[in-house]
Amino acid sequence: MTVVTTDVAAPDTRKAGRFVYISAVALLCAWVLVPIYFLLINTLSSPETVNSFPKPFIPEFDLGSLQFFAGFAGMLTALKNSVLVAGMTMIMSILIGAPAGYALSRFDFRGKELFRLLILLTRAFPLPLLALPLAVMFIQTGLDDTVFGLALVHTTLAIPFSVLITFSLFSGIPIELEEAAWTLGCTRLTAFTKVVLPLILPGITASAIFAFVISWNEVFAAAVLTIENRTLTAFLLQNLDTSPLHLKFAGGFILVVPALIFIFAVRKYLFAMWGIANR
Amino acid sequence: MNARLLPYVLILPVTLFLCLFFLYPFVLVAKQAFSTGSGFTLDNFSEVTSYWKFPITMRNTLLLAAAVVPIQLALALLMATMVNRMQRGRDLVLYVWTIPLGISDLAAGIIWLAIFDQSGFLNSMMSGLGLIEKPVNLLTFQNPGIVFLAIMLAEIWRATAIMLVILVAGIGLIPKEYYEAAEVFGASKWKQFLRITLPLLRPSLQTALVLRVILAFEIFAVVAALGGTLFPVLMGETYAYQFDLLNSGAAAAMALIILAISIGFTLIILRILRVPKGATI
Amino acid sequence: MTLYSKMLGAASGIAMACTAFAAQAETLFWSTQAKPVEEAQAMREQVLSGFADGVDYQPNDGGPWLTRLQAELQAGSGTIGVLGALHGDFSAMKPDDLVDLSDMGVMSASGTFNDLAKLGTDSMQYIPWMQASYIMAANKDALQYLPDGADINALTYDQLIAWAANAHEAADEPKFGFPAGPKGLKHRFFQGYLYPSYTNGVVRTFASDAAVTAWEKMRELWAHTNPASTNFSFMQEQLLSGDAWIVFDHTSRLAQAFNERPDDFVAFPAPAGPTGRGFMPVLAGVAIPKTAPDMDAAKALVEYMLKPETQIATLKATNFFPVVDVALPDDLPASVKAAGDAVAKMSASADANPGLLPAGLGDKGGDFNRVFVDSFERIVLAGQDIRTVLDDQKGTLAAIMNETGAPCWAPDAPSEGACPVE
Repeated sequence: MTVVTTDVAAPDTRKAGRFVYISAVALLCAWVLVPIYFLLINTLSSPETVNSFPKPFIPEFDLGSLQFFAGFAGMLTALKNSVLVAGMTMIMSILIGAPAGYALSRFDFRGKELFRLLILLTRAFPLPLLALPLAVMFIQTGLDDTVFGLALVHTTLAIPFSVLITFSLFSGIPIELEEAAWTLGCTRLTAFTKVVLPLILPGITASAIFAFVISWNEVFAAAVLTIENRTLTAFLLQNLDTSPLHLKFAGGFILVVPALIFIFAVRKYLFAMWGIANR
Repeated sequence: MNARLLPYVLILPVTLFLCLFFLYPFVLVAKQAFSTGSGFTLDNFSEVTSYWKFPITMRNTLLLAAAVVPIQLALALLMATMVNRMQRGRDLVLYVWTIPLGISDLAAGIIWLAIFDQSGFLNSMMSGLGLIEKPVNLLTFQNPGIVFLAIMLAEIWRATAIMLVILVAGIGLIPKEYYEAAEVFGASKWKQFLRITLPLLRPSLQTALVLRVILAFEIFAVVAALGGTLFPVLMGETYAYQFDLLNSGAAAAMALIILAISIGFTLIILRILRVPKGATI
Repeated sequence: MTLYSKMLGAASGIAMACTAFAAQAETLFWSTQAKPVEEAQAMREQVLSGFADGVDYQPNDGGPWLTRLQAELQAGSGTIGVLGALHGDFSAMKPDDLVDLSDMGVMSASGTFNDLAKLGTDSMQYIPWMQASYIMAANKDALQYLPDGADINALTYDQLIAWAANAHEAADEPKFGFPAGPKGLKHRFFQGYLYPSYTNGVVRTFASDAAVTAWEKMRELWAHTNPASTNFSFMQEQLLSGDAWIVFDHTSRLAQAFNERPDDFVAFPAPAGPTGRGFMPVLAGVAIPKTAPDMDAAKALVEYMLKPETQIATLKATNFFPVVDVALPDDLPASVKAAGDAVAKMSASADANPGLLPAGLGDKGGDFNRVFVDSFERIVLAGQDIRTVLDDQKGTLAAIMNETGAPCWAPDAPSEGACPVE
């Protein structure tokens, strides 16, 4: 009797579990997407509709607000600047940050805790207060109003992410793996490039996403440190909150899109090849 | 290369970089916190802490962090394990879940205000379903609970992805063989999660928590958008000192207080989730 | 590998960017005004395009605006040519940091404004650029709830409260709107409207018995105010959405409502209290920092901003009114007409009690505002006892006045030395 019931129940619970699982995934997707969808509706609505009640739940495809920005002088240059700054931030923060992440996970050295604290301090102090001394320094050294100068500041913001993320992933890779490679004739460097590097590609990708997004969305330093080479965010975002509603949404939407494209482009590198071997 | 020197060589670029672009301006700003024009003083600290709003902003900031971060951690863990088990559509689902990462806090504030506004989407939905006759005013001083809830939801929506990405990258490193072995011994999924995923994910958990907690104390834009003047937080007061009251000494003092809190919590997390050097199999 | 090639691509982009620095000779106009994207665009296309040498108009939030300016002053060299900001922003600056503009040969038509622009020195620190004020606006549907015998152009505070109460009852929810949000200009309502109308002063009478009455009235009004007002900073949004029917705000923060639906809204003067109809101007100015890279071009731009044609173009772009004598054309936007009428009626009313902008407060302007905002939050939002709060805040206010030594300004009676808090 008992045998029969369990036999019947097992596929049932599995089916039920699968149902719960799929609906949970769908629910979480909706949780993320619905607010974005609202943003889209408001972006594609006429000013009257944006102010109306009740709000529609299907966009009416009024392109007026987007067209306003299309005619906005300097949008393309600002977009180019934003991409450049974000790109440089990405490269610099990984090149500078990853070695430190490796050092933190593989070695015990004096001053390690102090070093970690320095990394965290960077993130725990508000940039708008640091902007003044930084701007003075930049003006005096000629870094002011350059894409590179701004990328340096954004790299400072992104470094804690790249160091800590790479640290946590290196820590997840058994040191035996590297030691095995050494005994097989690899040097420390080749063991690193051939064995470890492929494994932490997800970490590099995660750091890259953070660096890109941090730089992309950063307003304050961008507004203070660039004048002619404005980034799109500094150009648009800081003036959005005082703008009429429909332009607020359209401007917000325009800012979101490039970041989404970027994340989309790199998303699959987020999975390690090792843990999930069979794709 | 000499193995004793190697770590220092590896951290040298970051150290130099941060000294130049963080430590140098930081020291200049921090100095202001301890001076009001003549010599060393703690006046700035007593000024900001004796202001009547200070305890409120402190309470609000801590309360929000305490309410939001654990939920985010649980949610991010859940999402990470779910996406990891997925056979099909993994890329797409993960992509959807990381979307909020690309949205700045200012933009997130705009989006969520459009939802909770009196003539916003939530009211439109409720009146469409016939739940209410006319739009309800949600974000008002009579409903501090709803204001808090709205801010919480917006923050959970916006910033869970930060933890998710770090955890997904970390979970991917856990060898699949462990789970296969556990499967053979008949361990339940929950047991597998507790005995394999959580311990092996410790480095990533630590990083995700530390970064998230630090950012939680710097929260400002979303709170300002939804809470208006009803829910003052530490960072908002810092900006008010710096840019409205033009009192950079007081602003620096506030920032140092936030810094001290962040560091305090960070040390606690680091202690709890200590990561051994180079995990062993 | 794709990631690698992407990084390579980005790296080559860096090289491109490094060669792309070409100094432009445009004068940088660094402004806190005309920030909304449409206004900024209109400033560039309609106002500044006529300036021969080219202008780079960059409006900013107060934070970045100030930080950049301070950095240039500290570094001793800069790119900002001309500053555009409010009177209060300039009065927080050191006079040495601004170029003396006395010999420019241009100034506003108002002697009061020109005096304000000296910031307590004997030379022009900035040139008045444009002016605005705060007015009331209402949805025309709300007019039917006006109390009997009330003239919308000569309302009293009691009538306003009664009106708001009627509207509250009719709509079954409070419909008065007040910009008490984080970026709202609520402090100006207390400093320039409520206090002058009830106490005939701002500083001297801060904690007077009349002030207690004023705050009681504020509480009564608040009972009929949309409680979400603590989120409102631009009342045009709530007018348009219908979340508020009767509102108070800065003329340019109401403009969009009138421009989008000119027939639906009406603008009218602020109400009057026992001591008259208090109101206050908004004054923006242009100045030149001492670090301006091209002094001649900067001065030329300042001159250009004061030309009658520029002033009219500025009015159309920003809803800020001219400070020089000009004949206004007929083709003005609806918002300008509505606001202009309301301001004219307010100034011409028999019981007008015009106040001035706070002067002589230096960098304590923010602290001064905070005294009023804190009083509001404690009395109205937190429901604390009025007398206690005023006596408490009085000390803070007195300290600010003593520290800055600022003399009284209208409608407070003039003082010898620092304005006393009585």
